[in-house]
Amino acid sequence: MTATVKYDEVEVGQEIPARTYPVRRVDLVKYAGASGDFNPIHWNETFAKSVGLPDIIAHGMFTMAEAGRFVTDWAGDPGAVVDYGVRFSSMVVVPDDDSAEIVISGKIEEKLDDNAVVVALTARSAGEKVLTRAKATVRLA
Amino acid sequence: MALNRDFIGRAFPPSEPYEVSRVKIKEFAEAIGDPNPVYRDREAAKAAGHPDVIAPPTFPIVISLSGADLFDPELGLNFAMVVHGEQRFEYQRPLRAGDVVVTEGTVAAIRSIGRNERLDIRTVITTVEGEHVCTAHNVLIERGA
Repeated sequence: MTATVKYDEVEVGQEIPARTYPVRRVDLVKYAGASGDFNPIHWNETFAKSVGLPDIIAHGMFTMAEAGRFVTDWAGDPGAVVDYGVRFSSMVVVPDDDSAEIVISGKIEEKLDDNAVVVALTARSAGEKVLTRAKATVRLA
Repeated sequence: MALNRDFIGRAFPPSEPYEVSRVKIKEFAEAIGDPNPVYRDREAAKAAGHPDVIAPPTFPIVISLSGADLFDPELGLNFAMVVHGEQRFEYQRPLRAGDVVVTEGTVAAIRSIGRNERLDIRTVITTVEGEHVCTAHNVLIERGA
């Protein structure tokens, strides 16, 4: 495991700058295929609206994956993640004009033993918090 | 509809063995838009200290419910009303190409939250050699009608 961020150089309260990830419908089609989750609310606008949704919505796990990518890109090695959990608090609505985005930012919440830190994550889409209690424990160099 | 509380603590039989392949990891990484070479290139993964390409942290979702029969009519789960409430993974190490793993799911909890039903499934993912790789915690919410 070769995280590139050094434990000794990280402080509680330190912010990890926000990054923006686009969400297009084709991304959800690819995610459906890769994950095996073919629920039509993620790719069929007519169906999504028929069950009371505003439009197609992203898989919660797609949002969790993007927030995971945010953490692994920061830490330098995906193998450094030892614990990762989220609560899905709101929907990422994905209209047909490719305008949907997820904005993710992070903050060092706690320093643990064994060079591990807890990163608290914030994920927003169209101004709504789409994840809450989102935390990753990462073992740093 | 209230879920059957008799299922609390029930262990599902182990899944069939699942072989983690380089092709599937790459497909998953493409789908989440992550260009990290440790998901595609064996040499890059080795340079990062891994024996082969590793899977992204959320990859275990592909298999985490494969051994749990949530369609058992006795449980009473109405899939049309189900949303994903929470998800957590505890990792001993990343899943990697070449792993052959078995999942064993347990109904950790069932409870009512207002008009909704909350179902917690804990899944232990182990290689066929017996190495514990990951524990997944899925929370499913069945919305009340």
